Amino acid sequence: MAHPSPLLEARGLGKSFLGQTALDGVDFTLRAGEVHALLGENGAGKSTLVKVLTGVHRRDAGTILMDGAEVAPHDTAGAQALGIGTVYQEVNLLPNLSVAENIFLGRQPRRFGLVDRRAMERNTRTLLAGYGLAIDVAAPLGRFSVAVQQIVAIARAVDLSGRVLILDEPTASLDRQEVETLFAVVRRLKARGLGIIFITHFLDQVFALADRVTVLRNGRRIDTVAVADTDPMAIVQMMLGRDLEEVESGPGRPAAAAGAAPAIAFEGYGRRRSVEPFDLAIRPGEVIGIAGLLGSGRTETARLLFGLDAADSGTVRIDGRSVRIASPRHAVALGFGYCPEDRKTDGIVGDLSVRENIVLALQARRGWLRPLSRAEQAELADRFVAALDIRTTDIEKPVKLLSGGNQQKAVLARWLATEPRFLILDEPTRGIDVGAHAEIIRLINRLCDGGMSLVVISSEFDELVVCSSRIVVLRDRRHVGELAGGALTATAIMRTIAAGGADDRTEAA
Amino acid sequence: MMPGTATRALAGALPRFSVLALILLASWLAFPGYFDVTVNDGRLYGSLIDVLNRGAPVAILAIGMTLVIATGGVDLSVGAVMAVSGAVAATLIADGQPLAVALAAALGAGVLCGLWNGILVAVLDIQPIVATLILMVTGRGIAQLVTEGAIVTFVDESLIFIGSGAVAGMPMPVVIAAVLAAAAVLLVRRTALGMFIEAIGVNRRASVQAGLNVRVVLIAVYVASGFCAALAGVIVAADIRGADANNAGLWLELDAILAVVLGGASLLGGRFSILMSIVGALIIQAMNTGILISGFPPEFNLILKAAIVVVILVLQSPQAGRIAAAIAARTGITRRR
Repeated sequence: MAHPSPLLEARGLGKSFLGQTALDGVDFTLRAGEVHALLGENGAGKSTLVKVLTGVHRRDAGTILMDGAEVAPHDTAGAQALGIGTVYQEVNLLPNLSVAENIFLGRQPRRFGLVDRRAMERNTRTLLAGYGLAIDVAAPLGRFSVAVQQIVAIARAVDLSGRVLILDEPTASLDRQEVETLFAVVRRLKARGLGIIFITHFLDQVFALADRVTVLRNGRRIDTVAVADTDPMAIVQMMLGRDLEEVESGPGRPAAAAGAAPAIAFEGYGRRRSVEPFDLAIRPGEVIGIAGLLGSGRTETARLLFGLDAADSGTVRIDGRSVRIASPRHAVALGFGYCPEDRKTDGIVGDLSVRENIVLALQARRGWLRPLSRAEQAELADRFVAALDIRTTDIEKPVKLLSGGNQQKAVLARWLATEPRFLILDEPTRGIDVGAHAEIIRLINRLCDGGMSLVVISSEFDELVVCSSRIVVLRDRRHVGELAGGALTATAIMRTIAAGGADDRTEAA
Repeated sequence: MMPGTATRALAGALPRFSVLALILLASWLAFPGYFDVTVNDGRLYGSLIDVLNRGAPVAILAIGMTLVIATGGVDLSVGAVMAVSGAVAATLIADGQPLAVALAAALGAGVLCGLWNGILVAVLDIQPIVATLILMVTGRGIAQLVTEGAIVTFVDESLIFIGSGAVAGMPMPVVIAAVLAAAAVLLVRRTALGMFIEAIGVNRRASVQAGLNVRVVLIAVYVASGFCAALAGVIVAADIRGADANNAGLWLELDAILAVVLGGASLLGGRFSILMSIVGALIIQAMNTGILISGFPPEFNLILKAAIVVVILVLQSPQAGRIAAAIAARTGITRRR
């Protein structure tokens, strides 16, 4: 804390959208020469806070001070004029223009009324040299890696604004090496006295880079602490908002018989930039929970298991036989099923009827030449509409007209109709009402009594504890621990997340 | 069996049939002999037969185009593929090859063109409008290479029969279009293909995740479109007894797309009806013929066509759909909710 005077200060910020409170009396201070991490689960208000600070959203309450004077940026240009620059996860630059054009877009140096390309490229080289980057500035930006593009975006933002830099999940699509490069750049900027707001889901990165951390939850600031004075466990607790002494329910499902041979065994299965290699053995009738914070690699794991992403390392064995899962079609043929997290974009086929949505996967597996008759389809649909209590007036109704929970159940029905041996449920209870929630949990239990294996991904740790026989804990895209039996509690999950990969922190630092 | 679906389909068909009926009626008012059908040499003649006969090539194109559009794509190359297949058939026949060889080669060329489009779209993931634009441009070049720049004419009666012969009084193109339409409907509705095509058009990602072989289905629809275009190309060449690489099928891709849209399919993909697309093709041809025989100068054709298209699109808008539903309710057709 060499510069204790606040550079940017927000007091009592409030913002709501259509009656939904997104920010509620949030205080925030950023000092010059510090990296201030902003943490929180999805919907905690991180993005809203940043957007209010940069004038993208108009605040409903509170004041913003820059160097102690009140400011009111109306848009990103206004924020830039005040010295606040933002770099988003998805690089907001133009990949088809050259690096130099991207840096100077909209403010190209001119000579005789024409763009002075040589001056532009010279200035860009000088500018990027300050970031330890020596690249061909005349080449199209899109030709470089995401990490280089990020640094170019940062260089542009800092050159335009120069006081405060906001990095919104800059490392989300970078690998370890690239994260290091980016961190080196951030440290240089910090040494130059910039205030840096750093949004991330990676706890390791907070401890490797940040000086202070502010945790948001449900639009409120929970606390701001110096990183040196805290530990990952305390931060996980702040993010999830519960005490260790809270719920201590035991595992709801007995572990499968230890002797049972694993039906499906993944070994050394992984993919670069997605999930580091892991082992996962799944026995019949077993429910394996996958726990971890957002961005820890939960969905990435599911995508690998289902063949949506191709693994670049490892093997899969089913009943001892080596198989290849290169596409969902392979996975479905092997008796796998996957209910995705985002049912709107990946799950339901909105314009098709409930009936068609339910028979789709089974029909896909049978192939187009062996169609289910209309009567068979109707019978299947009727059966699952009744079994899962899907609320619809008519199986011919387009599925998009159903409520979210019922759409979720229709996707589930689609997989159950294929009588899968292995089903992956990604956030099966997200966004559905309490009643449907309980039903889905009951259903999970019933399915596994029938010998089906399940992987359930959920951010509700209590829910996982109740329905799983084992829980795999993920952190920073690594499988860091496995809990079973008496050790299976929500607290133990949090402890594993907080402690997980602690020995590797030096690697990241 | 499914009264809900049936009435819904009927309510959807209503605006198209009424527009077609209105056009026929207007043509009749302008030309009182419009509905006359005469038999001559065992073949039917008359304006109505003419509409069917002249509309057959676009109707055939529309069959393939319907499937492509239902997947959320579009095939701009069908006009050029017509020129290619016409050129192939005419050149081979003029060389003295038997009809079977000429037909197989012409249709095979169309299938190859479709395969090319399908691979560009499904494997290389090129946007359909761009992918098929390539063949739309090069197709005419290929056709010119085949005909060596000349208009190849022929006198082979068996090929000419395809363009201007008649079976049971019906002109051959009409018979071919009807058989093809029936085969296509059976193919997509009696197998699961139709559902797969619609699912891909509505949500390709979800279809992939449900285990559909999306690539193969996509390639198949472009191949089907190429086949239809080749067949239409052969008919047109047989009708004029020659292959004109520059003008055969010129702009017909646009008529085919229009026919599908008039048939109620969304260019974004999803639900489709081959029969409704054919009705769309007939609407277009009825307009052309109507304007021609009513003695209006042909310049009016394009403007009137545009006006009628606007009317149909307005009728298809959700707002007008509600009105149509109200009309359907008043005429006693109850809609199941």
